[in-house]
Amino acid sequence: MNLHEYQAKALFAEYGLPVSKGQAVDTPEQAAAAAADIGGDRWVVKAQVHAGGRGKAGGVKLVNSAEEAAAFAEQWLGKKLVTYQTDAEGQPVSKILVESCTDIDQELYLGAVLDRATRRVVFMASTEGGVEIEKVAEETPEKILKASIDPLTGAQAYQGRDLAFRLGLQGAQIKQFTQLFMGLAALFQDLDLALLEINPLVITSEGNLHCLDGKINIDSNALYRQPKLQAMHDPSQEDEREAQAAKWELNYVALDGNIGCMVNGAGLAMGTMDIVQLHGGRPANFLDVGGGATRERVSEAFKIILSDQNVAAVLVNIFGGIVRCDLIAEGVIGAVEEVGVKVPVVVRLEGNNAELGREVLASSGLNIIAADSLSDAAEKVVVAASGESQ
Amino acid sequence: MSILVNKDTKVICQGFTGSQGTFHSEQAIAYGTQLVGGVTPGKGGQTHLGLPVFNTVQEAFEATEADASVIYVPAPFCKDSILEAADAGIKLIVCITEGIPTLDMLVAKEKCDQLGIRLIGPNCPGVITPGECKIGIMPGHIHLPGKVGIVSRSGTLTYEAVKQTTDHGFGQSSCVGIGGDPIPGSNFIDILGMFESDPATEAIVMIGEIGGTAEEEAAAFIKQQVSKPVVAYIAGVTAPPGKRMGHAGAIISGGKGTADEKFAALNDAGVKTVRSLADIGAGLSEITGWTAS
Repeated sequence: MNLHEYQAKALFAEYGLPVSKGQAVDTPEQAAAAAADIGGDRWVVKAQVHAGGRGKAGGVKLVNSAEEAAAFAEQWLGKKLVTYQTDAEGQPVSKILVESCTDIDQELYLGAVLDRATRRVVFMASTEGGVEIEKVAEETPEKILKASIDPLTGAQAYQGRDLAFRLGLQGAQIKQFTQLFMGLAALFQDLDLALLEINPLVITSEGNLHCLDGKINIDSNALYRQPKLQAMHDPSQEDEREAQAAKWELNYVALDGNIGCMVNGAGLAMGTMDIVQLHGGRPANFLDVGGGATRERVSEAFKIILSDQNVAAVLVNIFGGIVRCDLIAEGVIGAVEEVGVKVPVVVRLEGNNAELGREVLASSGLNIIAADSLSDAAEKVVVAASGESQ
Repeated sequence: MSILVNKDTKVICQGFTGSQGTFHSEQAIAYGTQLVGGVTPGKGGQTHLGLPVFNTVQEAFEATEADASVIYVPAPFCKDSILEAADAGIKLIVCITEGIPTLDMLVAKEKCDQLGIRLIGPNCPGVITPGECKIGIMPGHIHLPGKVGIVSRSGTLTYEAVKQTTDHGFGQSSCVGIGGDPIPGSNFIDILGMFESDPATEAIVMIGEIGGTAEEEAAAFIKQQVSKPVVAYIAGVTAPPGKRMGHAGAIISGGKGTADEKFAALNDAGVKTVRSLADIGAGLSEITGWTAS
């Protein structure tokens, strides 16, 4: 789960990290009031969406008056911001962050991520801040400095000092950076983060370190023990169908093809999408119905798949390991009847009682095509989908 | 021969009296697994499925001398369960549960490594040596004792590979689901090394998916240290970047972890890769010269 910048910065502030004075607002009037409240004569106003590249897309602006701040809010609230990280539709803007303006001397990068290969949380720091860090990592990997955290002992101050010296920081900055590092490490651990990024971390004209941006991603598996973060969830930033699927504990990811896929198991669901493409079709989605594949879950899965107008045929691929295929077949029939599925449905059942399952499907009198192998199913659904769209 | 488990492996179950633990323990006993007891705190002294229940893994280990423990407890308690089993001296821990927080797994994995304990999973179907010992949730009846070692990040994709090797008459020496999480207890390399040393394994099927670099590391290992023929399939060619595809570990991030990169690394290592998961059995025939029976 991702957080907005204003939420990340509120957490930074709780951990004693240096962030700008700011307020997140919902209306142009509030934006003007926030500017007056924060004080000064220059402010930064930032559209809050779960995507990077906001500056280039016009979602960040330097303003010189409360009226300008209000005008920016007027321009963006209720609209969608399209950046290179969003899709063509963009992400809806429902909050604007109004912040005091910071004079920048130098831009750095500081982030932490789970490194799967070394099985450690790894902090990364670089003097090349304010740009895409992936590019820096690719073109000049020597400019990314790393500190690996031992899961049994946690982050140590010496690791922060080491990064600070290697970044070329001086004087009081060393202590500031070490405190920042230790604070972020505590935040990462306490809040079950998966990714943390401050880009840029700046040195102000007074020579102090300051977190100018903040990106936080939380480990979804750990949300159950992070009630405060659950409350920060913003469903408006997610695909509507994906959010609906999540309510039923179905894993759904929308794609741009026309063949709906309903599969048990995440690996098999990906494998099914791949085999559809190998046979010349285009998958409309990833969907894992899970081990149960009961009538109720299959019905909900059909509703979600068919809410995508592009879907011209559906492939149901179930490997019935422990559950019986004839029961799954009855579930599919019940769901097709209940939901009123109009497009052709190709079903491939394998495993326990598969033969009986196919017979149940064949005798249902519905528009259900039984397939006897994976390849056969992929071929049949590609044909069915093309017939439907002609 | 086989890897990890065989007919002599004594197994206990953590989360024994829960619904998952009960169902899959019944299946394991029916398959012939030497299940020797289970652990449910507070239910020690009772009998469940005709087997003794213990309050702690330590008690269960002392009474049964179990070699392995299978964990079905809910995700929030898995770190505790893994560490308890490790502390008690269980040498093989198989964790089936899905949804364990990643930071919990970092600690559990580190501790198991320090103690020299083999951890399989989490978020996996388990381990089976057909005809001898089934630890986990895989359907026993699709397996056939034989000569192919199977290692996979995905449960249902393992079953597809098992079914094809059974249908072709090749059978399986052992099958290991290493799980779909970003921090697995064992990785491909660990299991590939065991299959290479196992006389019963004549060929290997490896099933990977998008996310991370475990397949690339496996490719480098195969090139250097695996002499047996390997067939590999990678799921997720059609997966979009930045989206978690069901498994917590199946995500292409920062342009890394794509199926194409993994296929390329495996091809480079001399592995027979198949682009369709329906072709695993045929791929095996092609590189081994075996004919389907």
